[in-house]
Amino acid sequence: MSEVGAALRLSKVGKIYDGRRALSDVSTTFAPGRIAAVLGPNGAGKSTLLGILSTLIHPSAGEIRWGDDRLGRGSLLRARIGYVGHDPGLYGDLTATENLTLFARLYGVADARARAAALLARVGLAEAAAEAPARTFSRGMLQRLALARALVHDPALLLFDEPAAALDPTGADWLARELGAEREAGRVVVLVTHDLAAAAVADQVVILRRGRLVFDETRAGGFGAEAVRAAYEAKTRAAPGEAKRG
Amino acid sequence: MAEAGAGAPPPGFWRQALRIAAKDLAIEWRSREVLATMTFLAVVVVLIFSFAFVIEGTRPPAPVVAGIMWVALVVAGTVGLARAFDRERDGEAIRSLLLTPAPRAAIYLGKLGATVVLMAITEVVLTALAGVLFSASLGAVLGRVALLLALGTIGFAAAGCTFSAALLRARGRDALLATLLYPIIVPIVIAGARGTTQLIDPISPDFDGARFWTQFLFALDVLFVTAGLWAFEPIVSGD
Repeated sequence: MSEVGAALRLSKVGKIYDGRRALSDVSTTFAPGRIAAVLGPNGAGKSTLLGILSTLIHPSAGEIRWGDDRLGRGSLLRARIGYVGHDPGLYGDLTATENLTLFARLYGVADARARAAALLARVGLAEAAAEAPARTFSRGMLQRLALARALVHDPALLLFDEPAAALDPTGADWLARELGAEREAGRVVVLVTHDLAAAAVADQVVILRRGRLVFDETRAGGFGAEAVRAAYEAKTRAAPGEAKRG
Repeated sequence: MAEAGAGAPPPGFWRQALRIAAKDLAIEWRSREVLATMTFLAVVVVLIFSFAFVIEGTRPPAPVVAGIMWVALVVAGTVGLARAFDRERDGEAIRSLLLTPAPRAAIYLGKLGATVVLMAITEVVLTALAGVLFSASLGAVLGRVALLLALGTIGFAAAGCTFSAALLRARGRDALLATLLYPIIVPIVIAGARGTTQLIDPISPDFDGARFWTQFLFALDVLFVTAGLWAFEPIVSGD
C-alpha cells in the first residue's frame, strides 16, 4: 500500500475515446500539501484527467504511480480518494447525517455517526440541517455536504471538479478556505476548474489544451489571480490559422 | 504537517451489499414512491384482466389466473427497476458509490436485493388480490407458489438490474428498458406462469410439472445473477 503523503506521478498518460484523442502524453507530479489547479478550455481533457485520477476512467496509455503503487481501476488506493464534483454525489432522500453515515460505513470508518457529526459541524451543517433531506438543501449547502462526504474517510487525495460552479461569493470564499485547510492537512489536492479566480489559491498550475499539457509550473506561496490569468491567456490563445483548422 | 488518508480496512463483501440494499430500502421507506407505484400498477393490471376474463359466478381457468399474475408482476417490476437506478443517477450519487471500496459485485447484489424485497411486498398484495378476485385455490399450494414467485422475481430483478445499470445515462431509458428486458425474461414468465398454472389447477394439480418449472427458474436465476455479476463492472465503468 502506498505511503500516506506520497506524490502522484503521471507518466505519458493518454486517453482515446472511439478514435478521438481526449488526452495525450500528460506527465506531471501532484505533490501532497499542495493545491494543483488543472485549467483549460472546453474539450481540453480536464474532466478526462480527473476521471483517470479518480480511477473511474481507465487510461489508454501511460501510468499513474502513487508512491510505490500503480493507481488504476480496481486499485485498493481508490479507498483513499475523495471526490467533489459539480454534482453533489449524494442521495437527496437521505438526510445529511444519513448520507455521511452511509458513506463512512462503506469506507469502513470506525465510528461512522461521530465522524458524520464532526464533519457536519466543520462544514457548518450541524443542528437542524443535519436531519433534513439533502434534496431540501441550497446549492451552497449541498456543496458543503459534498465536501464532508469526500472527507468522511480521511482521504489522501482530494479531487475537485468545478466545485465553485453556481456558488455565490460567500460560498466561493468558504471553498477557498477549505481548499487551504486541506493543503495544510497534507493531502494531494487537484482542482479542475474553468474559474480562474477559484484557481488563484493553487500552488501548481497545469494547463491542458486539446488534450496536451502546455503549462505546468509550481510556485512556492501560490500563484495568485493575476499570474493564473496571465498563464492561462498565454497558453490557451489560438495560434494563427488554428481556428480555421478547427 | 498533519497526516491525511490513514486508510481503514473496508468492510466485508456481504456487509457492503447489505448496506447498499438497506440504503435503497431506507430511501423507499421514506418516500414509498416506488412501492406505491408498483403496487398500484399490479392492482390495476389484475383488475383490468378480471373485468375482461371473469364471468360472474364462474372461476377463470388456471392458465388465465397464472398469466395475469405474472404479467402484473413484470409490469410492476419494470417500474421499480427504472426508479431504483434513477436514484443513483440523480446528483451523480452512483459516482460516489463507485468510488467507495465496495466491490462492484456487492453494489450489484445490494441493488438486486432491494429490488427483490420491493417486488416481494408487491407480490403479497398481488397474490391476495388474485386469490380473492379469481377464487384461485392458493391455500394448499401457497408455499410452492411463493417459491415460484420468489425465484421468478430474483431472475427478473437480476436481468433488470443489469439492463437498468447499462441504461443509466441513456435517453429514453424507460422505453428502452422494457424493449431490451422483455425478450430476455420471456423464459422466466413462461416458466413462472406454467408452474403456477400446474399448482393452482383446482381439478388436477401437477406437482411434478411444477417442480420442473421451479428447477428451471432456479437455473435461470443462476444464469442471470452470474451474468449480472460478470457484466456489472464493465457496464458501470463504461469509459
